[in-house]
Amino acid sequence: MREVAIVGVGLTKFGELWETSLRQLIVEAGLRALEDCGVDGKEIDAMYVGNMSAGQFVRQEHISSLIADHAGLVPIPCTRVEAACASGGVALRQAFIAVASGIHDIVVAGGVEKMTDTLTGQTTGALATAADQEWEAYIGSTFPALYALMARRHMHEYGTTEEQMAEVAVKNHHNACLNPYAQYRREITVEDVLNSPPVTLPLKLLDCSPITDGGACVILAPADRAREFTDTPIIIKGTGQASDALSLHDRSTLTSLRAAVHAADEAYKMAGIGPKDIDLAEVHDCFTIAEIMAIEDLGFCKKGEGGKITEEGETALDGRIPINTSGGLKGKGHPVGATGIAQTVEIVTQLRGEAGKRQVSGAEIGLAHNIGGSGGTCVVHIFQRGD
Amino acid sequence: MAVPRFWREIPNRYNLIGTKCGNCNTVFFPPRSVCPKCRRMGKLEPYKLRGRGKIVSYCTVHVPADGFEDAVPYVLAIVELEEGPRITAQITDCNPDSVKIGDEVEVTFRQIREESQDGLIYYGYKFKPVSNPPSEG
Ligand SMILES: [Zn+2]
Repeated sequence: MREVAIVGVGLTKFGELWETSLRQLIVEAGLRALEDCGVDGKEIDAMYVGNMSAGQFVRQEHISSLIADHAGLVPIPCTRVEAACASGGVALRQAFIAVASGIHDIVVAGGVEKMTDTLTGQTTGALATAADQEWEAYIGSTFPALYALMARRHMHEYGTTEEQMAEVAVKNHHNACLNPYAQYRREITVEDVLNSPPVTLPLKLLDCSPITDGGACVILAPADRAREFTDTPIIIKGTGQASDALSLHDRSTLTSLRAAVHAADEAYKMAGIGPKDIDLAEVHDCFTIAEIMAIEDLGFCKKGEGGKITEEGETALDGRIPINTSGGLKGKGHPVGATGIAQTVEIVTQLRGEAGKRQVSGAEIGLAHNIGGSGGTCVVHIFQRGD
Repeated sequence: MAVPRFWREIPNRYNLIGTKCGNCNTVFFPPRSVCPKCRRMGKLEPYKLRGRGKIVSYCTVHVPADGFEDAVPYVLAIVELEEGPRITAQITDCNPDSVKIGDEVEVTFRQIREESQDGLIYYGYKFKPVSNPPSEG
């Protein structure tokens, strides 16, 4: 297996982008990634694109052909990858496998979601199709409800509080203020979160990530060719992916995502490191409770202490283990299929030392944790500076 | 939803019929075709659940799914049934503020959501607090 590097990254602005279509979003992100590393279109061998549901959000399937066409990359193979909100992270893993195996050299891993061309009710209904339609959605379950069930149980078992969950949103909004690509660049307080309208209690509106349009791309190359394109290659040191039951009620626990634990174990093992070696991480905070469970599942603290270490500032930009320096899904926005790639863009930017006001000093190793649905899929990647 | 999709799950939804593995005796609800423990050694047969259990977790839905607008706020829970499997269901006939983890509940068959545009009326299971036995004296 060959070592693989990320040599280029590109993002669109995240937000409600009324003037931009799905095809424009992914092409814009791709062009920025190519500009970033000076790769010419002719050199690209293949493309993998994460997308949850163009079929429901813009009534367009077969977007692999659409994207290859509009990117000017016909006839290279383009493959659309779907794993709900983990589509982007799984696309990155597929691209990694393609380069590591030697089948392809220069590969684009992208992600895109256009979520505001449907009305809000239809958008949340489309997202709910990532849960079990017969035995969860049928009886009135929504995504916030599934995470609220996890939150209530976490509060019961570990004494986690609504204030601690609110601290996740406050921190991520603060980080988003320092990220020019983020959807919400405004500070909020714990009181703002606690007083925001109920969605599914114990989760309030400001515990939830927003509906977002956005695209993201990274360019992968064999590590021994990376210097042709960049002075600061970032090596993909580990990758792990795991599955769990689709329905929350069929899982062995409600307070940990077992797919995340398995995926992280695999990625740590492959990289030959452990949680203590990680300098910063982007984790899947689709709801505030999800970040608390993520930092526990990844081994950054003991089980049950995720709320406590958040409250104590250990996950802040200047803390022991900065989490979601980009603003996370909460502050930066969550265009579902693009999220896993956007997390990767943030880690690469940090490891290059190019994150400006939100730069974590001396960052050498970073991790990205991307969840599909309520935890039926998880993919974890570990990245390290290549110099 | 098309009629066959709804109709095919009726025995399970109306009568709480899951499956039981004759090899390891594990009970599944919703029903499964393969026992994840025994795989090809498993022998799955239909199995009727009694419909009693305890609340493992719950939440109160204020922003509803489509078709549940009139029910707001409604309590949704994961219930662990006596026979072992867990099930997601609404808790009905209760004060949402008094529901607790560990509460004992029993099944009741109700209309699940408003009539859809295709004219189907969706029925199925909900759970309600177990009625207290009459106290003495
Ligand atoms: Zn069995």
